[in-house]
Amino acid sequence: MTDQTTLRGGTAPSLTRRQAYEQRLRRRSIAIAAGSTLAVVLAVVLLVPRAPGWDAVKRSFFNGEVFAKTFPGLLDAFMMNVAIFLWCAPIIAVLGLVIALCRDVRSPAFYPLRLFGAIYTDVFRGLPVILVIYLIGFGIPGLGLPRPWNSPYIWGSLALVLVYAAYVAEVIRSGIDSIHHSQRAAAASLGLSDGETMRYVVLPQAIRNVAPANMNLFIALQKDVALLSFIGPVEVFRQAGVYKSLMANFTPYVGAAVIFLALTIPATRYADYLMNKQRRRQS
Amino acid sequence: MAKLDLLGVTKSFGDNMVCRGIDLSVDEGEMVCLIGASGSGKSTLLRCINLLEPIDDGRILLDGVDISEPGLNPQPIRARIGIVFQSFNLFPHMTAAENVMLAPRRVLGKSRDILDGPIKALFERFDLGQRMNHYPDQLSGGQQQRVAIIRALAMEPEIMLFDEITSALDPELVGEVLDVLRQLRTEGMTMILATHEMAFARELADKVCFLDAGRILEEGPPETLFSDPRETRTRAFLSRVL
Repeated sequence: MTDQTTLRGGTAPSLTRRQAYEQRLRRRSIAIAAGSTLAVVLAVVLLVPRAPGWDAVKRSFFNGEVFAKTFPGLLDAFMMNVAIFLWCAPIIAVLGLVIALCRDVRSPAFYPLRLFGAIYTDVFRGLPVILVIYLIGFGIPGLGLPRPWNSPYIWGSLALVLVYAAYVAEVIRSGIDSIHHSQRAAAASLGLSDGETMRYVVLPQAIRNVAPANMNLFIALQKDVALLSFIGPVEVFRQAGVYKSLMANFTPYVGAAVIFLALTIPATRYADYLMNKQRRRQS
Repeated sequence: MAKLDLLGVTKSFGDNMVCRGIDLSVDEGEMVCLIGASGSGKSTLLRCINLLEPIDDGRILLDGVDISEPGLNPQPIRARIGIVFQSFNLFPHMTAAENVMLAPRRVLGKSRDILDGPIKALFERFDLGQRMNHYPDQLSGGQQQRVAIIRALAMEPEIMLFDEITSALDPELVGEVLDVLRQLRTEGMTMILATHEMAFARELADKVCFLDAGRILEEGPPETLFSDPRETRTRAFLSRVL
């Protein structure tokens, strides 16, 4: 038994005055939060169905029969999103790292690399993703390349890779900048070269620091894969459009939304958790 | 020939002239203490000797060879001169042992197998055998600073520089770090210390230099400098800190 509990005079797990006060506060705020949430939910449930167009909306967006019929097909189509994501993500990670390193080179001989890195990130962060997809996805196959080199899967993926690599590069660069210069000084004082210092001292810390930020980017990428549907690939969004036309019903779009959320909500929550953990560690 | 010779070393940061012509000679196996107020140029001088800061003018001779030549590749020189910083600067993503092994592996090209024995012996010599596989944030300040010293020693340097290495430590941890210096002293390591530990300097230094506004105002054996300083400014400084 600790000194503290004996001081408080008893073997029963009694609370300190501060703990008892905080417990009262906590119970009070839980009760208030539960009450106000219930009120809002009730209002939505009671009021929304009273809107004049509710029945029509319910039929065309929340049609259980259509949902059941199209959902398996949507899931199949979603595998295409996953596949595109899976081959883009590693290329983006590598290219982003290379661009970030380009922007950090000191030697004047490599100045063109630095310039290239700066222009690259400026250009691709400055354009809407859909515009890049259109320009590359329609432009390059327009050169009259033979199959399979005219595939929208290749050029659409390239567009995503180019855009997202620019964002990843900026995130990694901010991670590199966040490493205190005393770390570089310590490495240099031991005789390590600039390259070795980057490889063994700066990058491992930098990449760890920006992992949550990068994870958010990859979640955004998962959603933006749907943009490729505009140049051809039949992924979940496009498939939902096909079903919509066939059945004259918007429920397949809701189904697609459910599929995206099932993936992105846990992923964003996990990224937030990582970010909070890191903030706690740094403070 | 002295191990290290500084001849008229000057160094400015912008308009701020931090070293205004410093001459200093350090013999093999000697321990030199630099004392003086904050901003007097002690730390900058140490960083210049290690070539972390390029000097503006003057020369730094190591074994009679000018290492301050502009354009000279600093890496092989830095590998011969160890430095320990006030703020430890351990690499937080590596264990103590990995911190120590990094430079011997990458710079000297030694393999992990060859290093294992000697590195373990180094840790045990400084009473840290049980802490080798801990990360820096699992170590106390005194332990971290001792790991930083081991990290520098693992490169088998010819000279060790210590930049106020006890200033960031809680008072009760200062002793264990000073003990390491005592040990190195008896082993005959050539050392230059920037320090505020006057009692320590008095006990162990061969030579004490009082820096004031970027110059060595007065230097001599500790008995003379501490008991019978020539300059009024030295006397004023010592009366403030002793």
